[in-house]
Amino acid sequence: MSFLEINDVHKRYGNVEVLRGINLNVEEHQVVCLIGPSGCGKSTLLRCINGLEDITLGEIRINDDRVSGPGVDVNRLRRDVGIVFQSFNLFPHMNVMDNLTLAPRQVLKMSKLESEQRALELLKRVRMDHKALAYPDQLSGGQQQRIAIARALAMEPMVMLLDEITSALDPELVSEVLNIVRELAQEGMTMLLATHEMGFAKEVSSKVCFLYNGVVHEEGAPAQIFSDPQNERTQQFLKSIIEAGRL
Amino acid sequence: MSDSARESRFRKPSIPPNVLPFSLVAVVLCAATVLICWSVLQFLRFTLEKNKIGSGLFDAIMVLVGLIPLALFVPAIRGVREAMQAQSALRSNDLITARVKTASAQSSSWFALGYGVFAVLTAVAVWFLITNDVAVGSTFFKMSLIVDKFGLVLKAFTTNVVIFCIAEVLILVWALVVAIARMIPGRAGQPIRLLATLYTDAFRGLPSIITIYLVGFGLPLTGLTDGLSSFLQAKFGIDDLTTLWAIIALTLTYGAYVAEVYRAGIESIHPSQFAAARSLGLSFTQTMRFVIVPQAIRRIIPPLLNDFIGLQKDTALVNVIGTIDAFNQSKMLASNYFNLSTVTIVAFLFVIITIPQARFVDRMLENDAKKTRGAR
Repeated sequence: MSFLEINDVHKRYGNVEVLRGINLNVEEHQVVCLIGPSGCGKSTLLRCINGLEDITLGEIRINDDRVSGPGVDVNRLRRDVGIVFQSFNLFPHMNVMDNLTLAPRQVLKMSKLESEQRALELLKRVRMDHKALAYPDQLSGGQQQRIAIARALAMEPMVMLLDEITSALDPELVSEVLNIVRELAQEGMTMLLATHEMGFAKEVSSKVCFLYNGVVHEEGAPAQIFSDPQNERTQQFLKSIIEAGRL
Repeated sequence: MSDSARESRFRKPSIPPNVLPFSLVAVVLCAATVLICWSVLQFLRFTLEKNKIGSGLFDAIMVLVGLIPLALFVPAIRGVREAMQAQSALRSNDLITARVKTASAQSSSWFALGYGVFAVLTAVAVWFLITNDVAVGSTFFKMSLIVDKFGLVLKAFTTNVVIFCIAEVLILVWALVVAIARMIPGRAGQPIRLLATLYTDAFRGLPSIITIYLVGFGLPLTGLTDGLSSFLQAKFGIDDLTTLWAIIALTLTYGAYVAEVYRAGIESIHPSQFAAARSLGLSFTQTMRFVIVPQAIRRIIPPLLNDFIGLQKDTALVNVIGTIDAFNQSKMLASNYFNLSTVTIVAFLFVIITIPQARFVDRMLENDAKKTRGAR
């Protein structure tokens, strides 16, 4: 039994089948990277795991509890599964502090004082404590994404899903966000991340999965996937990545 | 592209048109405008004298007013001068100066013509007021009557103010309920969505005057409200409930409009905000309350103000059920004195109250933008 089990998950939008039988296991404290071309289903898979999308077939289990299908308490599930999006999605009408304390106060029923103390600790961790009273639109993309990570961490999730969190950032801002993720990995946070940062995936992940056309085509240790891919599709994908100078 | 083609495109620089004729026409039209203004002033003086209110003071004022249209010649003549300068620059092959002067001449002449039209329309309006022995002026703007009855109409206008102030508060709440009911997700929400849709369809389609009529006359006729009216009479000494019916009818009508405005505002918030809030474990209601609606409200304030101004104006319709509002009061006065000047007071009051609201909303939105965006 793994911590997070994805068993034969299918997702269909009308006639388009985006996920076509995904099987994937994530152990506790593992960092698993999903790589693959655009449209291969990485984001959809992450959104299915925390219940933002219903799956068509199959099942998802966390801690041996089924978390997919009808009757699941999605609000409860989402407390345990944090997600960070490509486009940050901070709440623009609230300052940074309110962005971080909204869910702990409303969902975990934490007191204002306690939630603010914890938010401040998280902001220190992502090195943004000097911007606690700023509004999202006053921050750079990298800063916003660090706040978004802190906001997800404020719910003390058991697992974090990171959905191409550096794709919308200018190149010089990528590292400040990746450093935070690196630290989280070192602290033992279980993470599943969809990414195009191959060098980073190689460095932090315990396991890399290559997704193509809604199916996991190959999975393995990063050293093996990146230097000795077995699957033909993986080889092609990595070849084009190397040609683009991204690995 | 071949060399010759490229050459031909760049060899001949464009030569500015000759705007001298146009600027001269502008001067002539300005002169005509001045003559029109003067003849209307002449007519005004004649009318005043006929009514024996002519005096030296009035003459002096009229001479001063008559001087104003002469100002049109300043830009008009400047246009001619610049057009001539442009032509002489062109003759000495100074193309850049020619272009600058041409553009400037055109702008000056159009400026003079524009204000000329303004002056002519003003003169026509004055003529309309005083023609036929000041028929229009005395029918709509009889100052003695306006000054005399202003207080009475203003007092009745407080009824309109009470109606729309209470209705606006009720609408803000009621319309949000309807809007959210229309957007409740899931199969279980279907009947609620259906109800909300039926309501908005019905009350957006009904003319507000008919809703007011039906509610204001119909409800008391059914006898269902007898208990309420006797209670209000015994407890608060209120026996005229027409204001209450008017508030209910207008809330029902404008609630449907504003619900649609709310819905448009809520739908304009990007779904990613919804996803972000839900992914933190917030429920549908919490997401609406803390994330979606606060952002939507900022966006809908301008169209909301539109609907509220519509509502304020529609309070004038409540006279159909006999509420003594400003319009009803002024109509009574108008038929007593056989003169519409008291209705002019109402018109003036309605216009006056909307202006500060528009400014207030602009200011509010500006401050909010300053707070959340600020200097980068």
